[in-house]
Amino acid sequence: MIIHHPLLGPRDAAEFVYKGDVTLIDRPDWQAEDAAEAFHDYLYLRDNPAGEHRELWFHEQGDRSWLVVTRNTLTHEITKVELARDVARERGRSR
Amino acid sequence: MKYSALKILWEGLTGNKGWAPVWREPDPKPEYDVIIIGGGGHGLATAYYLAKEFGVANVAVLEKGWIGGGNVGRNTTIIRSNYLLEGNQPFYELSLKLWEGLEQDLNYNAMISQRGILNLIHSDAQRDAFARRANGMRLSGADSELLDTAGIRKMCPFLDFENARFPIQGALWQPRGGTVRHDAVAWGYARGADARGVDIIQNCEVTGFQIENGTCTGVETSRGAIRARKVAVCVAGSSGRVMAQAGMRLPIESHVLQAFVSEGLKPVIPGVITFGAGHFYVSQSDKGGLVFGGDIDGYNTYAQRGGLPVVEDVCEGGMAIMPMIGRARLLRMWGGVMDMSMDGSPFIDKTHIDGLYFNGGWCYGGFKATPASGYCYAHLIARDQPHEVATQFRLDRFARGAMIDEKGQGAQPNLH
Ligand SMILES: Cc1cc2nc3c(=O)[nH]c(=O)nc-3n(C[C@H](O)[C@H](O)[C@H](O)COP(=O)(O)OP(=O)(O)OC[C@H]3O[C@@H](n4cnc5c(N)ncnc54)[C@H](O)[C@@H]3O)c2cc1C
Repeated sequence: MIIHHPLLGPRDAAEFVYKGDVTLIDRPDWQAEDAAEAFHDYLYLRDNPAGEHRELWFHEQGDRSWLVVTRNTLTHEITKVELARDVARERGRSR
Repeated sequence: MKYSALKILWEGLTGNKGWAPVWREPDPKPEYDVIIIGGGGHGLATAYYLAKEFGVANVAVLEKGWIGGGNVGRNTTIIRSNYLLEGNQPFYELSLKLWEGLEQDLNYNAMISQRGILNLIHSDAQRDAFARRANGMRLSGADSELLDTAGIRKMCPFLDFENARFPIQGALWQPRGGTVRHDAVAWGYARGADARGVDIIQNCEVTGFQIENGTCTGVETSRGAIRARKVAVCVAGSSGRVMAQAGMRLPIESHVLQAFVSEGLKPVIPGVITFGAGHFYVSQSDKGGLVFGGDIDGYNTYAQRGGLPVVEDVCEGGMAIMPMIGRARLLRMWGGVMDMSMDGSPFIDKTHIDGLYFNGGWCYGGFKATPASGYCYAHLIARDQPHEVATQFRLDRFARGAMIDEKGQGAQPNLH
């Protein structure tokens, strides 16, 4: 698989480490009433879809940036690659 | 039809014209006591033991393709019970015991071959860990031995003992481990279940569940709706997809594992050998092919194929422990989609929906579990109580902090 890194261009997926579903960006609020349950779902439960999947890849053997890759789990076709930082900011996070 | 040596001889002499199909091809009935979704090894074994041991024979196994076309027909056929944790080890030891009696029980040749499994040790820390594991295995009555290099040399003189980076320092040896002919397991269980009245319905994909007031009362399929008192899901790599139809999210990701077979060679590898410093395992099939594999590709996928980086990694692992493998040519390679769980251990449990049961999360190690998984799942379905060796395979174990994490990797499925 080739991942089109937004800054570095086409890179071999073997340079990356795979983390998992992009929902891992949305760490729950530890002070919320339902924090225990929210952390359980956050840590352990996955949608695991067959089809489009947004997922986190870490460019360990490159610029060490985190990317959000939109990839089809049935065909392995990659349709979008974003910097995780930008995605997190869009979701209202400071970094 | 009972198989015997005499029957084979007779058929051989009379042109093999007297063999009959070994299971029926029934149309689905409108209602069953139990519907099992998934005609892999686990689903068929569950149906067999439900009928044979628990007196529940009004059972249908619904398979979207053909039985044995999933992981049960794609794996590298290794059986063993060399686990460490108490949640796992007695379960896998029960499985190994069931394997040992399976062919007589099924009257079917599953080519069970206990040639032993050798887990190589390459560091002091690993020797300590394997010594602990060997003791853990013995607690459930399994067999285990720690070998020094002299002991390994007697069995496998061809290994690269003096490898500069990962010299071989010893091994964990389980003589009762080995391999089984995987297709025969699916077919043997199917034949046994069918003979006891179970309907095996192929080309029948489950597309939804009928759930009324928190109770599952049946399924929607590509061949119409079928009602059931109990519905038992057993779909391995498709677990996420199927349980989503019941509105459930699981502690599971689907990943692909590849396997490889070389051209046929004369017998060179005595049993199963695993590399302890990388990920590589190998055995030799009865046809002579070297059957081997290594790591999963490591990203979510439902495509039954992997990529070349893992091929390279597996071959490097092979060359690192047995350079002679470099002379063998690769014949075939393929992939299977596996249900990787958050702690690397499986589930055999009821769900929060009454009458809906779940079996999955087998990762890359569910083939060896087939008999015990079927037996324990049948026990749970028939009695609504877990079997005593499967009490920890619960869906709520993460919420309770009771993970069964053999490798201590945490909630990262691609590391198990
Ligand atoms: C390459 C590879 C090597 C492996 N090596 C080993 C090994 O050496 N030792 C070991 O112990 N384990 C090994 N495993 C793991 C083992 O094969 C699996 O854990 C085990 O086979 C899973 O259980 P099963 O046989 O029931 O799965 P499967 O055979 O996959 O059965 C699941 C069935 O469910 C069906 N299904 C899915 N969705 C639906 C639906 N909606 N409706 C109806 N039916 C449906 C599928 O078609 C499939 O037939 C390996 C796996 C792979 C891929």
